[in-house]
Amino acid sequence: MYLTDEEKEMLESDNPAVRKAMKLLVKLGDIYGADEMVEITSAQASGVSYKSIGDPGIMFLREFADEGAKVSVPTFANPAGMDLEKWEEMHISKEFAEKQKQIIEAMKSMGITISSSCTPYLWSNLPTRNEHIAWAESSAVSFANSVIGARTNREGGPSALAAAITGRTPKHGLHLDENRVPTHVVEIDAELNSISDFGALGSWTGGKVEDGKPYFIGVDSAGTDKLKSLGAAMAASGAVALYFVEGITADPMEVSGLERLKFTERDKREEYGRLTESEDPDLVVFGCPHCSINEIENIAKKLEGKTLDKDLWVFTSKAVEAWSDRMGYTDIIEKAGGKVFSDTCNVVCPIEEMNYGRMGTNSGKAANYLPGFCKQKVMFADTGDLIDKVLK
Amino acid sequence: MNVEVRCITEGSADGELLVSTEPIGFYGAVDIDTGEFIEEGHQLEGENISGKILVFPKGKGSTVGSYVLYGLSKKGNAPAAIVNQETETIVATGCILGEIPCVDGFDIPLGELENGIGVHVDADIGKVEIRGV
Repeated sequence: MYLTDEEKEMLESDNPAVRKAMKLLVKLGDIYGADEMVEITSAQASGVSYKSIGDPGIMFLREFADEGAKVSVPTFANPAGMDLEKWEEMHISKEFAEKQKQIIEAMKSMGITISSSCTPYLWSNLPTRNEHIAWAESSAVSFANSVIGARTNREGGPSALAAAITGRTPKHGLHLDENRVPTHVVEIDAELNSISDFGALGSWTGGKVEDGKPYFIGVDSAGTDKLKSLGAAMAASGAVALYFVEGITADPMEVSGLERLKFTERDKREEYGRLTESEDPDLVVFGCPHCSINEIENIAKKLEGKTLDKDLWVFTSKAVEAWSDRMGYTDIIEKAGGKVFSDTCNVVCPIEEMNYGRMGTNSGKAANYLPGFCKQKVMFADTGDLIDKVLK
Repeated sequence: MNVEVRCITEGSADGELLVSTEPIGFYGAVDIDTGEFIEEGHQLEGENISGKILVFPKGKGSTVGSYVLYGLSKKGNAPAAIVNQETETIVATGCILGEIPCVDGFDIPLGELENGIGVHVDADIGKVEIRGV
C-alpha cells in the first residue's frame, strides 16, 4: 500500500499507541486490497459497553490509554452498558458499574467525547456529503452513508479507534465510488406509516440482500426517524451499510438488470409476526436507535395523564434527554410510571440479568437482537400499540 | 511438508498442531485465563489452545473476538501461532493487537491433519512446515 511520509512516520512513531494504530490500519488495508489511506474527519468508537467487550476489552483500552493514545479527529462514543448517572435505577450491579466506569475513563483520557450514543448525527457530529469518516456502530454507519452521503465502512472497535488516533482509514469498500452503487431493487407495494413499518421493511430486506445495497422504489415519504429505523433494522438482520430510497435519499438511478424484490402488505404482516414471540411484554423499550426529541414528544403525548401497568423505558442520548427534561416530556413519562435513560440501550445493557423475559419494541433492529443477545421474547409493534398494551 | 502462506502478522513459532475444520468465533468460545476452549458443541470444546499452532479455516462472529485474542496474549495463554485458510478482520485485528504470529492462504484439506504433530510457522518468510508429513 502507498503511504505518505507522514503515514510512514506514524509507523515508526515514538508513541506506541500511534505505531500500533497505524500498523493495524496498514495490515487491514493489505487484507482488503486498499492502495492507499484516506484522511478522515470524524470517528465513532464502538465496543463501549462492558457487556460487549468484557475484561479483555478493558485491558486493551487501558493499555492503549496508558501508552499515550489520543484521538486526532472528533470522536464520539457508542452507547455504554448503563446510564452513566442513573445506573442504580436500572438495577445495574456495582461490579458492572465499576468495570463500565473504567472503560469510560480510558476513552475519556484518549479525548473521545463520552456522548455514548448511536445517533451522533442528531446533535453534534453531522458530516457533509462525500466526507470520509470511520464510524463503527452499524445503524450510524448506514445513516451516514445512505442519508447523509458521507463515506464509511462498517468499522470494528479497534479499527475505528486506530482511525481516530491516526486520522486515517484504508481507502477501500464504501470509500470508493465504484462500490457505492445499488445491488438490488426493492419495490414497495405496502403502506409504510410508522417507525415500526420501516423497521419491518428493514428487517425483511436485510434478510434478503444480506450485505447488498438495496435501492427502494415506491416510498412516498420518510423522515429522519423512519430512515434511522429502516437502516438500523437492515444492518441487524443483514449487514447493509448503504441503501438508496429513490426520490428521498437519492435521485433516480439506472437500476435495470439488478435483482428485483417486492415488499407487499403480506410480507409486512408476516415480518411483524416473525419478529413477535410473545404478545404480553413485561417491559416496553423505545430508542433503538436512540430516540430523537420528536419520538420522545410522541411517546409523552400518548402517556400524558395515563398510568402504566408494566415498565416502560425510553433510551436516548444525554443531549436529547436534557431537552426532554426541559420540555417536561421526562416528567410526563415518569408520572405515568416510565423511565428515560441515556448513554445506553436495550441491546448493550445487561438486561438479561434483570427480571425481565418479555420485551415490547418498535425497533426492527432490537427485535432481531433481543432474543439472542438478551434472552428476551419479543413483541414487535407500533409505538401506540405497545403503549396501549401496557397501560392500566 | 512445507506449505507456502501469506504473512498477516510477523513472527515465528514451534508447537503442536491443533486443528478445527469449523470456523472459530473467539468471543464466548475461549477462557482467557486458561486458554481452554469452552464453546459447547464446537469441535474444539475441552481442548486448550494455549501454546498450540491453531489451524482453522477462518474467523466468524462478534468483532469482540479481537479483544479475546488480545486478552489471551496478555495472560500468556495465546496460541503460539494462528494458521488460516482465509484470515478475516476479526482474527487479523486480534493477532496484530496481541502480537500473535498469523498466516493465511493455507490451502490444504484441514480434515486430513492430525492434532499433536509438530509444526513450525515462519510468518516472516511465509512458510508452514508440518513435521513428519
